[in-house]
Amino acid sequence: MSATTYAWLVLAFPLAGCLVNAFGWRLLPGRAAGWIGTGAIALAFVNSIAALVVLLDKPASGRELTSSLWTYASAAGLDVKLGILVDPLSVFMILVVSGVSMLIHLYSISYLESDRGYTRYFSYLNFFVFSMLLLILAGNFVLLIVGWAFVGFASYALISFWYRRNTATTAGMKAFVINVIGDVGLVLAAFFIFRELGTFDYLPMFESAPEQFATNEGVVVAICLLILVGAFAKSAQLPLHTWLPDAMEGPTPVSALIHAATMVTAGVYLIARMHPLFVEAPTAADISAFIGLATLIFAATVALAVTDLKRIIAYSTISQIGYMVVGVSIGAYAAGLFHLMSHAFFKALLFMAAGSVIAAMAGTQNIDRMGGFRRALPFTSSLLIVGALALAAFPGTSGFFSKDEILAFAAERGGFYWILAIGGYVGAFLTAIYAFRIVFRVVYREPCPEARELEQGHLAHAEPQNPMTGEKEDTDVGFPGPEHQIAERAWPMALAMAALGLAAIFGGLVQVPGVDHVLDTFLEPTFEDSPLFRDIHVSTGDAWLGLGVGGVLGLLGIATAYYLYVVAPQTPERLRARAHAAYVFLVNKWYFDELYDALVYRPLIAVGRFANTVLERVVVQGIVAGTVGAVRGVGMVVRGAQSGFVRAYALLVVGGFAALGLYFLIVSS
Amino acid sequence: MDVTWYLVLSALLFAIGAAGVLIRRSPLVILLCLELMLNAGNLALVAFARDRGDQDGQVFALIVMVVAACEVVVGLGLIVAMFRRRLPLNVDEMRDLRG
Amino acid sequence: MVEVAFFAGAIGAVAGAVGVIALRNPFYSVLALVVHLVALAGLFLLLYAQFVAAAQVVVYAGAVMVLYVFVAAYVGEVEEPIWEPIPGQRFLAPLLAAALFVELSIAILGTGLSSLDSEGPTLPIGFGSPEAIGNLLLERFLVVFEAASMLLLVAAVGAVVLAGRTRVAPAGARDEVPHPVSPDDRSPSAPYAAEPAAPSAPEPAASEQARMTGRPSGSLVGEGEASGGGVP
Repeated sequence: MSATTYAWLVLAFPLAGCLVNAFGWRLLPGRAAGWIGTGAIALAFVNSIAALVVLLDKPASGRELTSSLWTYASAAGLDVKLGILVDPLSVFMILVVSGVSMLIHLYSISYLESDRGYTRYFSYLNFFVFSMLLLILAGNFVLLIVGWAFVGFASYALISFWYRRNTATTAGMKAFVINVIGDVGLVLAAFFIFRELGTFDYLPMFESAPEQFATNEGVVVAICLLILVGAFAKSAQLPLHTWLPDAMEGPTPVSALIHAATMVTAGVYLIARMHPLFVEAPTAADISAFIGLATLIFAATVALAVTDLKRIIAYSTISQIGYMVVGVSIGAYAAGLFHLMSHAFFKALLFMAAGSVIAAMAGTQNIDRMGGFRRALPFTSSLLIVGALALAAFPGTSGFFSKDEILAFAAERGGFYWILAIGGYVGAFLTAIYAFRIVFRVVYREPCPEARELEQGHLAHAEPQNPMTGEKEDTDVGFPGPEHQIAERAWPMALAMAALGLAAIFGGLVQVPGVDHVLDTFLEPTFEDSPLFRDIHVSTGDAWLGLGVGGVLGLLGIATAYYLYVVAPQTPERLRARAHAAYVFLVNKWYFDELYDALVYRPLIAVGRFANTVLERVVVQGIVAGTVGAVRGVGMVVRGAQSGFVRAYALLVVGGFAALGLYFLIVSS
Repeated sequence: MDVTWYLVLSALLFAIGAAGVLIRRSPLVILLCLELMLNAGNLALVAFARDRGDQDGQVFALIVMVVAACEVVVGLGLIVAMFRRRLPLNVDEMRDLRG
Repeated sequence: MVEVAFFAGAIGAVAGAVGVIALRNPFYSVLALVVHLVALAGLFLLLYAQFVAAAQVVVYAGAVMVLYVFVAAYVGEVEEPIWEPIPGQRFLAPLLAAALFVELSIAILGTGLSSLDSEGPTLPIGFGSPEAIGNLLLERFLVVFEAASMLLLVAAVGAVVLAGRTRVAPAGARDEVPHPVSPDDRSPSAPYAAEPAAPSAPEPAASEQARMTGRPSGSLVGEGEASGGGVP
């Protein structure tokens, strides 16, 4: 079978899984929905591998294949087909997405075992994977937008999965609204693309782009900036990042899959896919890179201050995606995508471990209340450490090779790109600190009460409540189930985490500078039209130098964290006291939420209120009621003529006759 | 006499009849006033017949008389029926058409 | 000579008309109308309409007016209240009638029809005679003549039906078409609405009427039959 057939199957299986779970939920026994969902994604993964194999069989120049099912829209010069593009970039992405999704599905089978909405969860999750794969495999811009919108919906549905929790539904709405802002950017970009290039299909689009646009021409910069709006909304970069921390209201596997490994990387994928346009608009690419840098540093600083475990990891995600954005914006496509892959591994792993820890804590997520789980949760703790090492770019892990490759490329480009490199290293240092902040808080120190209980063999239970606000809940549908699962007791969770742990450690070996460059070679057919990809090469020596600097910084960060949290644990307190204003600023996430509240929310609400009280009540109702009153008044007046007296009517007849006669006399005179 | 005289007389009688219809309340008298108006019309018809030398007007007047007779029959029948039911013979009492 | 006759007839006609509308007693009004009709007959004679004049006297004044006399006598005195319920009627009615007269007069006097200023053409012998009218009726206006006869027939039948005898029907076996009762039926025309519940008449049909409460202003036909039963 051809690669495109495999690609269609890759799309078909998750969709089928979603539909089976959605429509057959009454018929499915017990926890079968979970296995069906996981099986569907596993089949998708297998088909992705098959597509890879078939693609590799072809010569390098023939690795861009398209296939379409039928015409989706055809009008006024527009011809959009339901078509996919199978090329190295999309195959790479679908491998990463389906592989990590498969492991997360496996993890969820046990993690959400006691949840009443189990089947609904797997149906949504499969739908999400389908949408993400659709977005990646889309062969034209319109289908990409379709996939983009579906993914946004899936994210909303999964964030507000526990729909009776107010904080969850609010967070879901927030995510959706910000997503829509991105969608608007994308659709506007689509309009411009169609107007300038006349087509939505990728291959013709990218071929005609260099001829159609002069470098940095206004319209192509506009297109790229609009694409960036979409990408930043989806990937939670400044300033459209506020939804991601709140999205932690969803179940932990959802956070792992959507908000770490896959959906938030859609923006990075988009920029990589649209690189021919960005090559024509270097200004936009530079703006993108610097926003990525700003996000990177901002998120790392906030991650140092917040105390909710999942939110620390969320800010870490924002920060790491900043690295990826920098990578694909400056032309380090392979490096950026490499970091995407390794980040998927270790971030999903971190979330999974966090889920296990939160389960042991009976739902509490505040790391200041955690501690000393190394004896109670040995497996989880070790994998947490593995993930943190990869995040901190400890030498040898996948994160080490991927992150520093981006920064080396930035340094190679020279000029003001050095700012990116330096900023990236600063961020790496901060990353190592907060990564090990988590580790030292959760794993080391004196065991907290829940850990002690667990060492006794008894899993802690608590009254079901909202971890953010402390509101009382119950365990019926719409709220989390009563039983929490830890990895030590559920083999699917353990298996998934172990697989990711191995990937996080050894995944970096595909692209060791000077030794092998698997990804560079593989992705070359897609990116060879970019001069940045072709011409800029980091020499092995420079690469190892960059890696060395990064490694040193990582170790320094770990050491700092060790000092702050293990050796002298009262230091954070003292720092907080001394730099209180800075601390408050960081803990409140640089007041972005408050800023948006003041700039956007309040004015809109005021406008709405004004519209209601003035426009609606006074003007519209006034007009309507006024018309009614007027008609009624006229009716009352006319009613006076209906007296019922025959003689009055006769009088009117005679009077009318007299008037008519008068008229005719006047007219004829 | 000029025909004009007859026509003016006819107009006068018509106006008097109309005033009567509007003023009187008894159905019987209203019917009488209707007769007045019809007869005024008859006079005008016959005057015009004389003026044109054409007898069609006189035939018309005869037919009007026939119609008037029929109308009187029906109207008086109504009055009798009303009287039999002890309904007040006053058109002002018949206000069912009131809006 | 002709002028004298004209004015005699005119004054008689006007006097009769005024009498009709002014006299309180309806019987006197009827008599006034008779005077009016005879005066008009005279005027017709002046206009060479002999047959019409004769018909006027014989049919109109003779038959139709006799009908009026009968009914006036039967109905008797009618109390017409002094007070005028319709505002402005007392004032407007004569005003509008006068306006009508004035307009018609202006139209007649100012008309471009020059023939009206003369007495008319010389008429042949037999103009307006019964023979001439008869010829016209049976030749040129035959259809009209027949239609008028049909009309007379219909009127006669209608009169019989309107004031016909009661069919004494058993109580409850009404074959009238029920019609929707509206709430306004009871209001302002109280006597008309209260009619079915009218208690007074010591007629055998009164009990049937009483049983018909809630059916105000029923069809004239059916109730005529009910209440006509007691009339000898």
